[in-house]
Amino acid sequence: MTPGQPPERLGARSLDPHLQRYAARAAGMTASEVRALFAVASRPEVVSLAGGMPNLAALPLDFLSEQVASIITDEGLTALQYGSAHGVPLLREQICEVMALEGVTGHPDDLVVTVGSQMALDLVTRIFCDPGDIVLAEGPSYVGALGTFASYQADVRHVAMDEHGLVPEALRAALGAAQQAGRRVKFLYTIPNFQNPAGVTMAVNRRAEVLDICARHDVLVIEDNPYGLLGFDGQIYPALRSMDADNVIYLGSFSKTFASGLRVGWALAPHAVREKLVLAAESASLCPPTLNQLIVSRYLATHDWKGQIKSFQSMYRERRDALLSGLEQHMPPGCTWTRPDGGFFVWMTVPEGVDTKAMQPRAVTARVAYVPGTGFYADGFGSRQMRLSFCYPPPERISEGVRRLASVLTEEIELLNTFGPSTSRSLSGPQTPTPDTA
Amino acid sequence: MTDRFVAVLAGGLSHERDVSLRSGRRISAALRTVGVTVQEWDADANLLHRLREHRPDAVVVALHGGEGENGSIQTILDLLSIPYVGTDPDACRRSWDKPTAKAELARAGVLTPDWVVLPHSTFRELGAAPVLESMVQRLGLPLMLKPDKGGSALGAQVVRDAANLPTAMVGCLAYSDAVLAEKFVDGVEVAVTVIDGPDGPEALPAVEIVPESGVYDYTARYTAGLTTFHTPARLDPKTADAVAELAVTAHKLLGLRDISRTDAVIDPSGAVHFLEVNLSPGLTETSLVPMAVEAAGRSLGAIYAGLIDRAIARSR
Repeated sequence: MTPGQPPERLGARSLDPHLQRYAARAAGMTASEVRALFAVASRPEVVSLAGGMPNLAALPLDFLSEQVASIITDEGLTALQYGSAHGVPLLREQICEVMALEGVTGHPDDLVVTVGSQMALDLVTRIFCDPGDIVLAEGPSYVGALGTFASYQADVRHVAMDEHGLVPEALRAALGAAQQAGRRVKFLYTIPNFQNPAGVTMAVNRRAEVLDICARHDVLVIEDNPYGLLGFDGQIYPALRSMDADNVIYLGSFSKTFASGLRVGWALAPHAVREKLVLAAESASLCPPTLNQLIVSRYLATHDWKGQIKSFQSMYRERRDALLSGLEQHMPPGCTWTRPDGGFFVWMTVPEGVDTKAMQPRAVTARVAYVPGTGFYADGFGSRQMRLSFCYPPPERISEGVRRLASVLTEEIELLNTFGPSTSRSLSGPQTPTPDTA
Repeated sequence: MTDRFVAVLAGGLSHERDVSLRSGRRISAALRTVGVTVQEWDADANLLHRLREHRPDAVVVALHGGEGENGSIQTILDLLSIPYVGTDPDACRRSWDKPTAKAELARAGVLTPDWVVLPHSTFRELGAAPVLESMVQRLGLPLMLKPDKGGSALGAQVVRDAANLPTAMVGCLAYSDAVLAEKFVDGVEVAVTVIDGPDGPEALPAVEIVPESGVYDYTARYTAGLTTFHTPARLDPKTADAVAELAVTAHKLLGLRDISRTDAVIDPSGAVHFLEVNLSPGLTETSLVPMAVEAAGRSLGAIYAGLIDRAIARSR
């Protein structure tokens, strides 16, 4: 400012001239301390037990490089062109073969290829949910699904799980409560295998019961199954879709079994629903990336993808073992956790009074990261829980991360012993069974 | 300036990494507009090697919290004889510790809300309840809790009910080993940027902060639209002079160099209270320094280019 000259009067500014224009669904899109702290987790000094990034180190990169080059050489004009919103026909046929491993007998015409299964979930929610519609989801549930449901302003009600997955009795109760309140439930969203974030698997004998309850209440089932082929003992559970082709929409993905960066997923839906999904997909993205679909198709056709999945299983098993053994060795009394047979995640409950979100800065200082449990509930629960992922760091880093986390937790418990319990730390989780009571 | 090569340090491992990365990007872009060649470097294990290998003409420290503000990085730069924009290590240490800065200013007669600073160990050894009770007796309610070090309002909260104090303490102590409890002064919040110039430190127009939620917390700071800013602050000339004088006084008394930002509150009687000083103030799209610079009719790039010149001249 030149001396003697008054400052420029810029007046009142909110720094966002579009503030009054946003849709109501954008209301929750704000900066958060939790998100800010995750920025630190990307540094190599930090052991991140937070992210759900698949470990791609075992992929045959040289082979893939040759295949991609060959696709461009042989089919470049197709690969780099728009395609159908429905997806590449050959890939749809191949996906049906993949799903057959779980007992699913779908027709390629009833399958829509999407930009990851996240897009499939978005499309399904878009065509079924009006603002205020009830969606049932396991408690806890996948944070990305909760984000999608929130963006369509759905009313998420959680259904309790135990070590055998979704509790049928809790499902009946949730449906009964909605019915009593005169509310329509649009669908049940479930991740039956190696659930994200809980790591538990829905018992086979519960699957028919869950489907029966939903059918009786005329409620659609959305089965999200990204981890189904990643069982550590090689066991493959029958998909819900294999038991009920009419009332289940199956969402699948190559993100965990091949390459997450290609963003290739799919939805298998009853015919009438599939038609709407294709139209919705057209308006969302015109078509899924053709090149990426051809890469997946070529990979399935030319590589021992089942053998590759076996090598993933063994790699993740080793990491799971490192995490579980670290937890056994280091965690203070009062902690419980799930023991997953597959997938990427362990769900841990910490002693009464500890708020995992409030503790997160201490963990970042100690160079370890996790995801606080509240992110996996739409209703504020989960303050005593956290998700620990074992998919990415090597076993020795996982062990070190658990050691750090245990000392963070011990310090936090000491702090709580100093300040005593507080009334505002009460939303720890459903009072009914929790997934880590095994 | 066109032949200058400057390294902007941003990121680091503090809780404010995300904010720092944004500040780094913003100041780098601003410097490029005035012809400075800029590289953005993280403060990581490669930093020393990079500094030695590339020998920048000067460094701009856009690190917030931790190593970037406690004097550590500045010490390293001094060891390597690389000029940098900002405060020297000794003054960094004094100002980085909020209670130390408050005490120093209070001793000089500057008005600052009454405060108590205590580490976790004191609560543990003497029992939390009686210590908290004494704290409330002294400061009253509501009171402000902050980690004794750090910025971006991380861990800071207003406590209005004594029953919420234990939870707030636990939240605050997750960021630091000691907590600074302050008497809460309700009033007009302002931030004043001070820039060193040829005639000494100069205060830029104060920015008035009106958060929609009533509390200028992390979300209100970094979500565009959740806070209304008045630039310059809606103050009568006498009060505007008083806040400018306070900021320049803090800058001088604490031995700050090149740039600082002082946060203050004006109570209903018109008295100006010093809250804290920032020696590496935020430079993001929603930060206060760029707004003050704009209100002063100046450009961020030109100001920093001038500070870089000063830093280089200082080192000769």
